[in-house]
This record gives sequence, C-alpha cells and structure tokens, in this order.
Amino acid sequence: MAEKKSTVPFSGTKEQEEALLKVINELKDEKGALMPILQKAQDIYGYLPIEVQKIISDETGIPMEKIYGVVTFYSQFTLNPKGKYRISVCLGTACYVKGSGDIYNALMEKLGIVGGECTPDGKFSLDACRCVGACGLAPVMMVNDEVYGRLTVDDIDGILAKYE
Amino acid sequence: MYRSHVLVCGGTGCTSSGSQRIIDRLHKEIDANGLTEEVGVVKTGCFGLCALGPIMIVYPEGTFYSMVQEDDIPEIVSEHLLKGRVVTRLLYDETTKTDKIIPLNETNFYKKQHRVALRNCGVINPENIDEYIGTGGYEALGIVLTEKKPEDVIQILLDSGLRGRGGAGFPTGLKWKFAAQNQADQKYVCCNADEGDPGAFMDRSILEGDPHAVLEAMAIAGYAIGASQGYIYVRAEYPIAVKRLEIAIGQAREYGLLGKNIFDSGFDFDIELRLGAGAFVCGEETALMTSIEGNRGEPRPRPPYPALKGLFQRPTILNNVETYANIPQIIVNGPEWFASMGTEKSKGTKVFALGGKIHNTGLVEIPMGTTLREIVEEIGGGVPNGKKFKAAQTGGPSGGCIPAEHLDVPIDYDNLIAIGSMMGSGGLIIMDEDTCMVDIAKFFLEFTVDESCGKCTPCRIGTRRMLEILDKITKGQATMDDLDKLEELCYHLKENSLCALGQTAPNPVLSTLRYFRDEYIAHIVDKKCPAGVCKALLQYKIDPDKCKGCTLCARTCPADAIIGKVKEVHMINPDKCLKCGACMEKCRFGAIYKE
Repeated sequence: MAEKKSTVPFSGTKEQEEALLKVINELKDEKGALMPILQKAQDIYGYLPIEVQKIISDETGIPMEKIYGVVTFYSQFTLNPKGKYRISVCLGTACYVKGSGDIYNALMEKLGIVGGECTPDGKFSLDACRCVGACGLAPVMMVNDEVYGRLTVDDIDGILAKYE
Repeated sequence: MYRSHVLVCGGTGCTSSGSQRIIDRLHKEIDANGLTEEVGVVKTGCFGLCALGPIMIVYPEGTFYSMVQEDDIPEIVSEHLLKGRVVTRLLYDETTKTDKIIPLNETNFYKKQHRVALRNCGVINPENIDEYIGTGGYEALGIVLTEKKPEDVIQILLDSGLRGRGGAGFPTGLKWKFAAQNQADQKYVCCNADEGDPGAFMDRSILEGDPHAVLEAMAIAGYAIGASQGYIYVRAEYPIAVKRLEIAIGQAREYGLLGKNIFDSGFDFDIELRLGAGAFVCGEETALMTSIEGNRGEPRPRPPYPALKGLFQRPTILNNVETYANIPQIIVNGPEWFASMGTEKSKGTKVFALGGKIHNTGLVEIPMGTTLREIVEEIGGGVPNGKKFKAAQTGGPSGGCIPAEHLDVPIDYDNLIAIGSMMGSGGLIIMDEDTCMVDIAKFFLEFTVDESCGKCTPCRIGTRRMLEILDKITKGQATMDDLDKLEELCYHLKENSLCALGQTAPNPVLSTLRYFRDEYIAHIVDKKCPAGVCKALLQYKIDPDKCKGCTLCARTCPADAIIGKVKEVHMINPDKCLKCGACMEKCRFGAIYKE
C-alpha cells in the first residue's frame, strides 16, 4: 500500500536514543526480548524506522533481517509515522454488522486519505482495527485512546472538529 | 465501615461511555455531602450489560442504575445516598416493570445466567487482592499446595470434564496430564489472552474484572505439571486488562502467592506478561509460543505437540483465560459440582459475548445446554426495531452462521460442530434480515486474507482466491461455475492448511452455503442482493405515489443523479447514482426505496 508520509526523514533526538538504549540494556538478557524491546521503541519514537531497527540490531546482536521480519509481521508495528491524532475504526464483526464500514468509508472521504495513510499535514492518520472489545457500544472508533461509541455517520464531523 | 457501597463498572465498555468521569464526580459529591466515612466507591469489572452502560449498583439495596451520566451524580448522591430515596428515572427499566422493583437476578437478562467464570466480575475491586481473597481467592492454591499431589490435581480436572474454552474444546485435564508426563529441566505454563476473534470480549472482561483468578489457576497448573514459570500473552489492544494484570502480579508477589516457596511448600512459580502486537494467528498455540520467543508469529507443524516441545522447546501447556478462571472453583467445590452443570460431554458454563442486532448486548454466562433461543429471545431481549432474526454467528472467522431453524439446539461443543459452526472463544453475533450472508462470508474472508501469516500455500493463496470469487458474487459478476470452484477450494483449505487458521477459514463460507445457498444464487443468477446490502446489485428508486416533489433528495444527492421539478415526481438516474443512500435517509415521505 502506498503511504504518503513514507519519505519523512528520520529525526530522532539524543534523548530518544538514550531512552532506547536504557530499555535495551534492561531487557536484552531476557528470553524472547525482541518483541518487548520493539514495543518500547515504538512508544519512544512513535514508529520503527530502519534507523531505530539498526540501533536495536547493533545493541542486541539480533540480525537486521530478523528484526525487519518481526516488525513487518505484526500489524501494531509501523514503519511510517502516524498522525498526531490516530483514528482507528473498529471493523470487528459486531461493529461491522452495525455499520462501521460506512463510518470508515465516510472518514476516508472526509479526510481524503485511504486506510493506513496519514493526512499531508501530519494531523490525522486512519486505520481499521479489529475489535477494541467495546462491542456493546458498536459501532466504535478511537481517536488516540479516546473511544467513541454508538456512532452514526452524522457524528463524524463533530468528532473531527474537536481535534481541529 | 461503610453503610453503603456504590459499585461502578470499570470495564472497557463502560469506561468508553465515561464511567471514570462518573467515579471522579461521585468522590467529589460524596465529599461535598460529608459522606466520605459512610459511603465507599468501588470500581469493579464488567457487569455484563454493556449496552446500558455506564452501570452503577448501590448496595446493600442492590439498586441498579443504567446509562448514568455525570450530571446525574449530584441527584444520586443527595437523593439516594443522603436521603435514601431511589432515583427511579435512572433505574434499569427491566427492574421496574411491575410497581415493585424486582431484584436484578430476576430480570430476563440475568435470571438464566449462572456465573462461574465471571463470578467476581462486577462484584469485587479487581485492583485489590484482599477483595479477591475475601471471596475465597487463593484458597484453591492453598489446598493444592498443602493437601494434594500433582497427579491428584490432574485427576480432579479430568473428573470435572472441563474442556478448553478457547475454541476447540480439548479436555484440559488431559492436556495437563501429557505435559506432566514429559520430563525436562524446565516446563512452562502459558495463558492465551490474545483474544483475536472480532466480537468476543469475555477474556478481556475476566482479566479486567478478576485477574487473580487467572494467576491462581496458572500457579495450580504449574504445580500440577512441574513448571516454575508462566507467561500471559495478552493483546496490547487491552490496556485496562494489561494494567490490572500488572497490579495483580505485583500484589500476588508481595503476598508471597507468586515467587519462591509459596505457602511454605517449596513450590516456586512466577508469571511474566508478554504483549501481543496485533496478529490474529498468534491465538494459535504454536504461533503464540513462537511469538513469545521473539519471532514472527508463525505456527509450527504439530506433532511435536506443545506438551512435549512447546515454548523454548520445553514441555508447555497453554490454556485460555476463561478455562483458567474456572479452575480455582473446581478445586474448592470439587469436580462433581462442576460436572453437575452442562450436558453429557460439555460440562460447566460458557461465557458468550452477545453482540450485533440484539437488544441486550453484553456478556452472558450460561450453563452448557442452554438453547440459542433462550439466549437470543430471553436473555438478549430479541432483535430490535421489529426486524426478523436471520442467523447467529459463533466462532468468529473460524465458525459459522446458525439459522433460525436451529435455534432450539442446546449449545455445547459437539452440537455446534454438528450444525456447521463451532464454540470458538464465545463471540455470538446476531444478524437480522438486513444482513447479507454473502457479504458476511466475504467480511470473514477479508479478515483471514489479512491475517493469514503466509507460511503455508493453501491458506496464503487459497483464502485470497476464495475472497476474489466472493467479491465477484457480491458484484453480480459470478457464474454458477464460480460457486462450484468456491466450494471445492473450501475443502482443499480444510485438508491442506498447516494450522487451524487456514483449516477453519472456509467455515463461514461453508455454513452460509449450507443454510443460505438461495442467497448466493440470487446474487449470481438474478443479480439481486435480497438483504439490500451489496451496493453493486442495488438500485435506488422513487415511488411515484409517495413522492411529493419537495426537491430535498435532489438537493442532497452528491452526484446530481436525481432529476425533477418542484411538486413533480422525481426520478433517479441509475447511471449517475453512487448508491450512497443519502437521499433515502433524507426523504420525509418514505418515497425512496432500494431493490
């Protein structure tokens, strides 16, 4: 899938790198440490560009191709930065039968991007997700960690406006 | 000592509808009214009735308030907590049907339920180990470590008839027995909390509402098979569950219920959390273990089974959250107690996450053998908006759709397989007449295409080819030959895929073909979608008898596809129409219909 911000140059700071090195030192002797390290690294940088993977590889001795393989396997790891506000629309079964597909389509139209992309100003990124476990409130979407439930297409403008 | 307790649901459903703000406001109002010493506020796990959240119960009366808003709090505090007058307008309406308020467990939603795995959810504060101990928690671990031999524990589980609640229904005692027999320098106990089935949230609710039950059961498992290390693999999408597990593990260590020499028995056991990263296939046992090892979560061929070579190549048992939640009570109450519930081959209860087109969405726990009709019509309160029930989907992307003719089948593992579905982890999605069964099959195939790990060819390529055929059908471009090909592919995938993901991926297609073949044929031969879902086969039309010529639809249409003058009957140009349905929503006279 073509992603609009894939050419964003890496701009990691010294503080971020120090935080990452600290995490690696704490975890690297644990069995199966790669996943927790990657999760913490993504918390620090917001995404996992090649530069970050390289640091992890150098520090742990795990080959780059293995790290890249793991990063690209799991849907929560991302090689590209996300928007300031990450919108995820639940396309789990309960939400889908209650019309979350329409919500997702309407968001793509309003934001002018397709799922997996980020708006050119870096503000919103849109993804479909699988079940946030709030099926009782279906259909549901999340903006960062805030959950919006019992949605209709008409609610979208109001929600987006909160983040403008 | 409080004279009154206010329990507020802190599960994900109610948190999403604002229960944390309600708790904060409650504390403020209680302080302001000088009741701080008299009224306690407890944030609990899930009560089950998520559709009516946020939910609050006031004890000792047991008053059940639903859909509470922050602004209702001052009234609840000043009227109910201060003056003892119930705020009737906020009562759950099922409890007020007669002129007397009936107890919660006599309402339709709760009266057929029997809570075993969920017994503490919505009852205790999950972030306080003392409350778990106060309801008999860690008694089972004490009994096991001080009075039972490992083989006794396994025998109790075998006698209870407990089968795995994660989907396949393998006898738990047998799994433990195999792992106990294999000798190794280290063994592992794992908990599958990677609840991937979209539409199932019982494991999350147990972890959020009663995390210690899972920890206790894992320690019991460790003793039974001779393992000293446990791992819980939990979805990263469940932040509340992760947080409560971290708190629970910390408290259990502090109390010496995890760690070295538990209960002075010489038994050591500790648990680590591992977070998933969003891969459905990691719910498969070998893939989950590969993922904990820090690799791509691809399944491994079995045999060797994990009981011989599992995590880090050591004997390992993996059970699901709900399975574990049953175990401490089986130890305390005895296997006969557990086996007295359920059907001949499926003992105990099962938790279902009821969702979709149904009144009471939420979490229900029923004895095995309850019929689907009881769940849908009595507990679930039926299908809303006067629509007709069409099918119930169980087992998620691995399961199938059960039509109305099988509503009276008693639910257990074997019956569900016989009617072409499966228990799965317990998602139960209700569909009404507006749901297109071909579209649903396509929805699940999109899911499996996305989630196929790509390791084996039948699954990687087969699911994609199936999806392409389904896509053609929903667009009216398929022939009856395609339908035959689709069915043939289903059997190839079932026989040749490496793991359960691929082997069960055709189930949604096979079950809808079995019960709703006429819908497939309508799409293929008549080029019609009977449920009015598949856009390519729809046409929006205006009923000339009902149209008043108000022009609202023409002004609403984003594609200028509607022609007509004021006070004259309007028409839709099918070549321009985008089938967005905006006109139909706006029309005040119900003159626009689709066919």
